[in-house]
Amino acid sequence: MKITWPAAALAVAMASASPVSHAIAEDAATVGVSLKDHKFSPAEPTAPANKPIIIEVTNEDPTPAEFESKVLRVEKVVTGGGKIEVKVRPLKPGRYRFFDDYHEATTEGFLVVQ
Amino acid sequence: MLGALIIVFREVIEAGIIVGIVLAVTRGVPGSRAWIYLGVVGGVIGASLVAAFAGALANSLEGVGQEVFNGSILALAVVMLAWHNIWMATHGKEIAAEARELGQSVRSGERSVAALAVVVGVAVMREGSEIALFLYGLAAAGGSSAASLMTGSVLGLIAGCAVTAVTYLGLVTIPQRYLFRVTGILITCLAAGLASQSVAFFQQAGLVTAFEQTAWDTSAILSDTSLLGRLLHTLIGYTDQPSVLQVIVYVATLCAIFGLAKAMSLRSGNSRARKSAPAASHGAGA
Repeated sequence: MKITWPAAALAVAMASASPVSHAIAEDAATVGVSLKDHKFSPAEPTAPANKPIIIEVTNEDPTPAEFESKVLRVEKVVTGGGKIEVKVRPLKPGRYRFFDDYHEATTEGFLVVQ
Repeated sequence: MLGALIIVFREVIEAGIIVGIVLAVTRGVPGSRAWIYLGVVGGVIGASLVAAFAGALANSLEGVGQEVFNGSILALAVVMLAWHNIWMATHGKEIAAEARELGQSVRSGERSVAALAVVVGVAVMREGSEIALFLYGLAAAGGSSAASLMTGSVLGLIAGCAVTAVTYLGLVTIPQRYLFRVTGILITCLAAGLASQSVAFFQQAGLVTAFEQTAWDTSAILSDTSLLGRLLHTLIGYTDQPSVLQVIVYVATLCAIFGLAKAMSLRSGNSRARKSAPAASHGAGA
């Protein structure tokens, strides 16, 4: 019991990490944002309300960045010259702030949902 | 230099508080220091690997590799913390009672220390990889000189280790008979906080889409990016805008660990009572 139950719990955790089906992405809206010279462009990308959103972040700087947003509840590293996809839950209309955690003071943008 | 100092300090204290708690919990257990040192070193190596392979990780598992990895290692830490508490509830009294037999307590103490060493490793790896990537970015950008980056980072590290020391020293001043319960509560809250963080990553990966609404927004009252907010974030898992599922998982983890530890403690108490009873009735020809 002592040895097997943590192993069983770990197995459950790993099993739940199996590849995601594309079903979620089918009706998602895609938003593209690029990062250059530590500035997002567009600085205020738009997205439709009440639909799952996929933000594609392209890092055109040579240094890594961490795309993060408290309101959107996302946190993901994008390496220099890399590209990532960030999934966001359906949102109500509003402006949602995101930033580069490694340069928070200077690098921010707003996802405008309408 | 200040930028490097602040960021390194910020990340180090998140792992440092956990290390301080683990050090206090395992004080006096023979071999525990070696295990924890191993956990830290393992975490540092892991952090370098994670930072080096950040790109490949992000693109794995259909683009959610980073989220799944983060969520999984945090879940592993939760399991290890839960196991520690439940294991101590089962065996803690035995260890105290049989402490005279030094060999016995070494063997029985060691397994739960190994679990805590894993937790230390996970915490150091998580924060270390952020530091590694951030410093690489600063260095590659060439804005600050290497010397000022090094100085800032080392100072941030020292300040973060001071927080570890304060956590440890603060805990070990607690009288022995309360220490067990206090650290038990700290570990349960720590585990609940990590479970909530883990769930946030699995939600970000899109593996779970239920209960995604934001439960509350207390960022105006206490932002989790403020110093106090960060401390509470590490100690009890405070976040200023959690999803409903994060709250559910947090509460469920608290109840599960507390409940299981209580159940095992009662069960081990009952079985010891039964063990001593036959000895008394043996003479009666049971």
